This record gives sequence, structure tokens and C-alpha cells, in this order.
Amino acid sequence: MKYLTLAAITLVATQAWAETPELVVYTYDSFVAEWGPGPVIEAAFEAECACDLKFVGMGDGAALLARLKLEGARSDADLVLGLDTSLIAAAKETGLFATATVDADYDLPVTWEDDSFAPYDWGYFAFVHSADLTPPANFRALADSDLKIVIQDPRSSTPGLGLLMWVKDAYGDEAPAIWEGLADNVVTVTKGWSEAYGLFLEGEADMVLSYTTSPAYHLIAEEDATKAAAAFDEGHYMQIEVVGKLAGSDQPELADQFMQFMVSDAAQSVLPTTNWMYPAVTPQGGLPEGFEKLIEPGKALLIPSDDVPALREEALAEWLSALSQ
Amino acid sequence: MALRAVAISTKTGISAAVLVAALILAAVGAVLWRAEFGSGLGPADWSAIQFTVLQAALSALLSTVLAIPVARALARRRFVGRGLLVTLLGAPFILPVIVAVLGVLAVFGRAGWLNAALALVGLPGITIYGLHGVVLAHVFFNLPLATRLLLQAWQTVSAERFRLAAQLGLTPRAVFRSIELPLLRQILPGTAALIFVICLTSFAVALTLGGGPRATTIELAIYQAFRFDFDLNRAALLSLVQLGLAGSTAALALWIIPAISLGGGQDRPLHRWDARGGLQRWLDALFITVAAGFLLLPLTSVVLRGVIGLPQMPASVWQAAGTSVTVALISVVVLLALALPLAGWIATRARGGVEAVGLLGLAASPLMIGTGWFILINPVASPFALALPVTALVNALMALPFALRILVPRLRDTVQIYGRQAQMLGLTGWPLWRWLILPRLRPQIGFAAGLTGALSMGDLGVIALFADPDSATLPLQMYRLMGAYRMEAAAGAALILLALSLGIFWIFDKGGRWHADA
Repeated sequence: MKYLTLAAITLVATQAWAETPELVVYTYDSFVAEWGPGPVIEAAFEAECACDLKFVGMGDGAALLARLKLEGARSDADLVLGLDTSLIAAAKETGLFATATVDADYDLPVTWEDDSFAPYDWGYFAFVHSADLTPPANFRALADSDLKIVIQDPRSSTPGLGLLMWVKDAYGDEAPAIWEGLADNVVTVTKGWSEAYGLFLEGEADMVLSYTTSPAYHLIAEEDATKAAAAFDEGHYMQIEVVGKLAGSDQPELADQFMQFMVSDAAQSVLPTTNWMYPAVTPQGGLPEGFEKLIEPGKALLIPSDDVPALREEALAEWLSALSQ
Repeated sequence: MALRAVAISTKTGISAAVLVAALILAAVGAVLWRAEFGSGLGPADWSAIQFTVLQAALSALLSTVLAIPVARALARRRFVGRGLLVTLLGAPFILPVIVAVLGVLAVFGRAGWLNAALALVGLPGITIYGLHGVVLAHVFFNLPLATRLLLQAWQTVSAERFRLAAQLGLTPRAVFRSIELPLLRQILPGTAALIFVICLTSFAVALTLGGGPRATTIELAIYQAFRFDFDLNRAALLSLVQLGLAGSTAALALWIIPAISLGGGQDRPLHRWDARGGLQRWLDALFITVAAGFLLLPLTSVVLRGVIGLPQMPASVWQAAGTSVTVALISVVVLLALALPLAGWIATRARGGVEAVGLLGLAASPLMIGTGWFILINPVASPFALALPVTALVNALMALPFALRILVPRLRDTVQIYGRQAQMLGLTGWPLWRWLILPRLRPQIGFAAGLTGALSMGDLGVIALFADPDSATLPLQMYRLMGAYRMEAAAGAALILLALSLGIFWIFDKGGRWHADA
């Protein structure tokens, strides 16, 4: 009986709640964590939308897309936040996304043209190392050195996929030779970013594939200046994280409002020190102190998202054959 | 047939077996149902299958062989802290992979203690990455399990048999041949099959310590098929290969087990009259010390790091810990409801072939089960609402083969020894369980429940697919901390996880042995 009463109360409460519209955003795990951007952005958006913003965290960008494909058109999600340029083509192919226009003056190293997705933050992939190490200047020098690196598997992680695209974009047909040179530098390959970064911090490798903004975390949150990112002269591959709205959303206007909110100052100023990436639009107050100490790549690399699926398959085969020798 | 003397209802057992098979096969079916046929298995998949079988076979062989001297030494020695050591030995097995791997690397890694010690005496360092690294880590995970299972079997030998052996003046070697060898023949194939299956589904360990693409396992191929390719057909095919490999290994291993049961006797504490001194004593001490060092040093590093991280942990870790404990307790209840009738059914059969059913839960990819049930649940209910029950259920399925390995031999003996008496008293159904089986199986039930609770605490598999922000389990919260660069806080969370897992294990295990002599 108790349970019935409880169920009835819950039902009534849910109905009362339902009068405020609910906006459901699927995102990756670290976004919703209490120390991530999620809670701050939720409070700020709810203050202006008279709605209930609900973040649902699951895995990473690739897991998000797989989840959407599973749910198909029946998904409860109104928006998806956290796909990146490597996943956009696959996301569009599902036909689940609606077109959207966001008005923003982006501070990205590339011009942004996409009719469905809006970028909210971005970063450069980079090898992070201990500050007292003199890093190699490019992949060739890295391959010639005795330095040990930890990377992520492109079959299970988005940074691992990013590295494949980076080498492919920088070296094209020479990519297999680069990978063959790197093979003896790779201590090991991990399932995801956390494992790799953990191994690096344990001293298992000299460098780890991460982001140019990773040292900012250590610098700002831990006041630890012992980590640095290596600047490569062939350029650094970018990861641009995007938000998009689903065609099946029952709150299309709210969803548009949220996309616009994500590029507003209120959201953008939060991202650098919660998501540890560059904001897509530089906030009025500028970047937080510490970001000026990060390396700035001379050249930003990015493969157009439509070309990614075909290139991924080719690059993966090259990577596999070079590293399984 | 003598085994039939006792009237254990087979109906509930068969229902439990059908339920287990249905839960898993429904998931495969659902994935196949949503799949678009097209791609089959490629050459890369076949080499993944090869590598998977090779590393799993090596890991199973080494873990079981090394467990024999360790379990034997523990079975016949009494020393201060033995109980604590036996409990601690269970720890590696229940830790989330990443925590255990970092622990192993703290000792054997490039910048680890072993290499530091080697450098100190001027010897060249060792590298842990490669097939040997995978096997080393798998032995670290599974040696304790094999040891516990063998130890448990050793303790089913009645004291009278050892007393008789002592009266006959048998040497340790003769005792080994007459009592212990038959016991090993009974328990080893099942133990090896179990560990083979566990290592078959390994993925993060094999990838991390294998050093890269050479160490691709079937599970990684399943992962890839789901995540980036969303090739449900290939994912389901690979899942079936994994299930088939595990299922046939299990059936084969269980088939060759001779149906040996040890003679009757009253329950008494295990006293050994053989191997009292001299060389045997030193050897036992050596085995126990080496095993304890191998298993406890990595754990020590997890604890040391965790203590430093404790003050930095956000409060949400405690909330996640509460969720994990709840899930673990539900898993234990579900497990016992499945395992006891199933064990009862298996024990009344001459051969243990059906025990293979239990192994399916372990052999199935958690990602596949999660995805399959997601497909089935999504149209009728919100997957978020069912996140915790589904996690608890899948965790119980994963623990089922362990529980069966623990329960069945003892149950079989009980049935053989007391079957006739029970029949004369007309005990059947619930009273049979209530008065004969449950009291005599209490230590085994406690052990199985403890293991299930601990395994469930450390599991990350299904929750990740169903999770919403409010129902994060402790391992998931730990990963989130790592993802936000907070490695120290994550180490603190790992320590809490270790403490809670061991605590749950200890409480159930102790509870089972409370006032019971075994």
C-alpha cells in the first residue's frame, strides 16, 4: 500500500512538474559531473528559459552517437551536445538531426560552416610531457627519438581517432611510413583517454596524447607548472565539439534557444576552466589566467567532416598494419 | 542411481537455467533483430579471435597451476592473519581494471618498484608490455580466485580422511596422491575453464598491457563494432563467437570431470597430520610469502595513493558509493535466487554439463547484453528508470558461474552423504533445503554472496549504457574524476571502492562461516 501511495505522489509530482517544459540534452559523462560545466550551465540557462534543463551523461562522443542510433526517432533527447567533427558525418547520416542556425562570431582557427551543428568549444590534440623534457618538433623527430609515448586506440576512443586524422592530414600518403617509425616509440595503446593519461602520470611514458589545454588544468587547478604540451611544426589537429538539435524534439524553440545560449558569454566563460577546452567565442573577460602560457600551434589542421568516414577506414588499416608488426 | 536418492526438485533448477539462457539469448536476438545483414567477420576479427584464445588459455593454465601450491600451503597452515590474508587475496579480482592495472604497473611498470630495485643492484630493467604483460595481469586477477576455489575444495575433505592417512603413516606425497590429487582432478578443470572464460572477455587489460593492436581481443572488436561502426550484425556475430567459445570450453571441461565424491564424515575443523615440519613447512612458507607479495604489493600502492587522494574527493563520491552498495546487495539476492536452485539441479546430475549455462553470463559481452536489453526495454519503458535493476541483474549473471563452482561440489557431497537419511525422513522441497542443504552449505553461500557483492561493486559494464547523472555507481564516478584530470581524487575513490568491495565480501564470507567449522 505504501508503495502505491508513493507511486501516486510521484505521479502527481511529475504531472505538476510537467507544466514547466523539459529540455533533455544528451552529453558525455564529464560534462555533467559536478565539477564539469553541466551544473553551472544548467542553472544559468534555467534562469532565463523558464524550463527544466536536464543533462543526461553517457560515455563519450562515440557512445553518444551509438546511443542515438539505438533510440532512433523515439529518443527523448531534444539536443545532443558533445559530438565532434569526426562524428558529424555519421551523425548526419542518421537523419535524426534538424537544421539550425546559430548567430555567433566564432573565434575558431577555421571558418565554421555547418547547417546543423554549432561549435561550443574546441582544442588542439597534442602530446603532453613533463616540463623538463625537450620535446621533438614533429612526428618525424618523435619517431627518430627514444621517447616513449602512450596513445589511445582509435577503435575505442575519440582522441585515438583524432590522432589518426592528425597524422593523415599532416602526412597524407606518407602516413604509413610515419606510423612505422612511431611503432617503437609506442609503449602501449589504451582503451580511452583516462587510462592513457593515468599511465603517463605514473611515469610509464614520456609523453601522452592529450590536448594543448591539458597543462592549463595542472597550472590553474593544481598550481603545478610541471606539465607542458609539445608544439609540432606540421600543425596540430583540432577537435571541435558541437551541439545539435534533434528533428524529433518536442521543444524545437527551446532547443534553438539553448544552442544560442551555448555560444553566449554566460556559457562560454564557464567552459575553459570546467571542460578545459578553448571557448568557441572568446568571453568578454578574455581567457582565464594561465591560458596565455599554453603553446599556440602555428597551423590548425582539420579534415572536412564529410571526408572523415572514408579516410578513417583507410587510416585505421594503415595504423593497424604498422603497429601490429 | 544413488544421486537421485534425494528428492531435490529439478523444476526450479531447470526454470532458473532457462531464465539465465533466455536473458542472454534474448539480448543477442534483439541485437540481431535490429541488425542489417551485410558484413561478416573479417581477417582482423579472426586474428583477434586467435589472440583472445591464446592469451586466455595461457592465463588459465598459469593461474590454476600456480594456485595449487599456494592453496595447498594455505590449507594446511595456521598462522596469525591467515583469515585476513585469504580475504585480501580476493581483492585484485574485484577491482575495476584500470585501478588494478595501475597497481600492477606501480610494481612491475617502467617506473615501478621492481625496476627501481633492479636498477639499484645494476641489473637491466624489465618491460611489462606484450603477451607476457597480459598474462601477468590476468594471473594477478585470477590466481586469488583459483586459490580460493581450491582452498574451498580442500576444506570439503573430512578430517577423518586425513586422520586415517596419518594413522596409516602416509607420507605427504602419498597423502597428495590418495586424497589431494582426486580432489584436484575434480576441481581443476572447472576452475581452469572459469578463468579461461573470464580472460576471454578481457579487453582493457589485454589492450593496455598487450601494447597495442597485436593484443586485440574479441571484446575490443565488439566494442568497435558497436561504437564507431554501429555494425550490429558484426557485433552480434562476434558476441556469438565469444559465447560459443566459452560455452563449448565449459561444456568440454565439465564433461571430463570425473564424478568423484569424497567419503562421508562428520564436519570437523581441518586438521592435518602430514607435512608438519621440515622442508614442507619451508616450502609452504615460501609459496605463501611469494603469492602474498605478488598480490599485495600492487594493492599496497593502490592504498597508498588512495590515502593521499581521500581529502580531495568530492561528496558525490559517497553518494555513488551508496548507489553501488545498493546495486551490490540486490545482485546478491538475485544471484542466490538463481544459483541455489540451479546448483541443486546440477548436483543431482551425474555430469555437470549444464553448469555451462551458468558460464554464459560471463562469456557474454556486457556491452552486448546492455545493448540487447536496451533495444527490448526502450519501446516499453524508460531505460533510465531501469538502470539499477538491469545492472543488478547483469551483475548477478556475471557472478553466477563463480557461485556454481563454489556451491555445486559441496551440494553434490551433501546429497550423496545425507541423501538416504533425508529420504528416510521424507524431506523434500523447501524443508529439505531448510534443514539439510542450506545449513551445510552456509560457508559456500556466504563466499558466493560475498564474491557477487564485491564483483558487482567493481563492475562498470552495463551501467554506462543505461546511466543517468543521478545514478552513477562508484566505478563510474571514479572514471568521471579521471576524465576531469582529478587523478588523485580518483585514486581516493578507488580506495573507497576497494574498502567497500572487501567489506561486502568479508561480511558475507564471515557471516557464512559464523559458528560453522570450515
